[in-house]
Amino acid sequence: MVHDHHHHDNDDQSHLSEIELRVRALESILVEKGYVDSAAIDVLVETYEVKVGPRNGAKVVAKAWADPAYRDWLRTDATAAIASLGFLGRQGEHMVAVENTPEQHNLVVCTLCSCYPWPVLGLPPVWYKSAPYRSRAVLDPRAVLAEFGVRLPETTRVRVWDSTAEVRYLVIPMRPERTEGMSEEALADLVTRDSMIGTGLALQPEAMR
Amino acid sequence: MNGAQDLGGMMGFGPIQMEQDEPWFHHEWERRAFGLTLAMGATGSWNLDMSRHARESLPPAEYLTSSYYEIWTKGVEKLLVAAGLVSAEELTRGRALMEPAPIKRVLKAEDVPAVLARGGPAERPIEQPARFAVGDRVRTRNMHPQGHTRLPRYARGKSGIVELVHSAHVFPDANAHGQGEQPQWLYTICFPGRELWGEQADPTVSVSIDAWESYLEPA
Repeated sequence: MVHDHHHHDNDDQSHLSEIELRVRALESILVEKGYVDSAAIDVLVETYEVKVGPRNGAKVVAKAWADPAYRDWLRTDATAAIASLGFLGRQGEHMVAVENTPEQHNLVVCTLCSCYPWPVLGLPPVWYKSAPYRSRAVLDPRAVLAEFGVRLPETTRVRVWDSTAEVRYLVIPMRPERTEGMSEEALADLVTRDSMIGTGLALQPEAMR
Repeated sequence: MNGAQDLGGMMGFGPIQMEQDEPWFHHEWERRAFGLTLAMGATGSWNLDMSRHARESLPPAEYLTSSYYEIWTKGVEKLLVAAGLVSAEELTRGRALMEPAPIKRVLKAEDVPAVLARGGPAERPIEQPARFAVGDRVRTRNMHPQGHTRLPRYARGKSGIVELVHSAHVFPDANAHGQGEQPQWLYTICFPGRELWGEQADPTVSVSIDAWESYLEPA
């Protein structure tokens, strides 16, 4: 019975989908053989569900906006500059920061799989890993941007970065106007996940009021 | 390989489906599939390039109709069987039937933060100097290897400019097939949109890939 929660983990699995059963069986085989520790899986999941996410990247961007020396460091050695804020490791081993300007808008994709800078953005959203985005981001990026509600001036060049190796790209969106004197913390609130992929822009300060 | 993973430039998949306030995982089984894939990766039984190749060598129709974590699950199953750690029959029956095979290490919960912080850097020392410099014009090779490659189809046989010279990185085309790391210089190569997509393409668009040295020749 679907509503009989007491038996979910035991005998009655008739309500489970094929893939749920398959993953459950796989984990139990791996645990029984001693290859994986379920507690380690719990910690892995918790790390990416609770601890890592785009607030990390937003801190990097806000600091780059507020601190010219930090921005220069990001330009010359993004991996070290980002690691200095405590964001490092898996899927962020080799970082490059790409800055949006009035002349050039940057957009990041991985056409071959789902490469994404985990330490600064967390795990990628489903759309980033999906065929519609991966197929068209390189072919017709302006149309892709329009689907996200981003319309750029025709004079702005669009630069697409296909992450085909272990280098991970973080877009530094343009700092919105009328944000002079705002604290780094307040600036970070303007930085969305999509603005660091290039499928969005930083929020205007009015949007936060 | 020219598999279904190589999506750049394909058409007909429809609009991008965004989700407001998207959760990190949509189902409990996705959490477990994610975690067990990373935990098995940490055993050192295979490398990242082998993992990618296991996923992309799913039959195209299956790849394109499987969700992301279904692809991961099918990939890790293939790797487990290929490594002799789990038998196909065990997967079919859904339970362990054989004694476990020896394994290099098992990821413990308390070691997870350190293992994630260490990551898996791909940079390696190399003796020979870089063949290309920033600003050089290069042409990507027209090649269609049966095995793993990170040169997408849309960027083969195309002329571009070296924009960044990274350092020497593990070469996936070899590493995915147990042929060692064979590090090569890695470059960011930028192509005008029209070089990739023809005269109708938007002249304000350019696209880069990251390419290992053997993908490139002088142009």
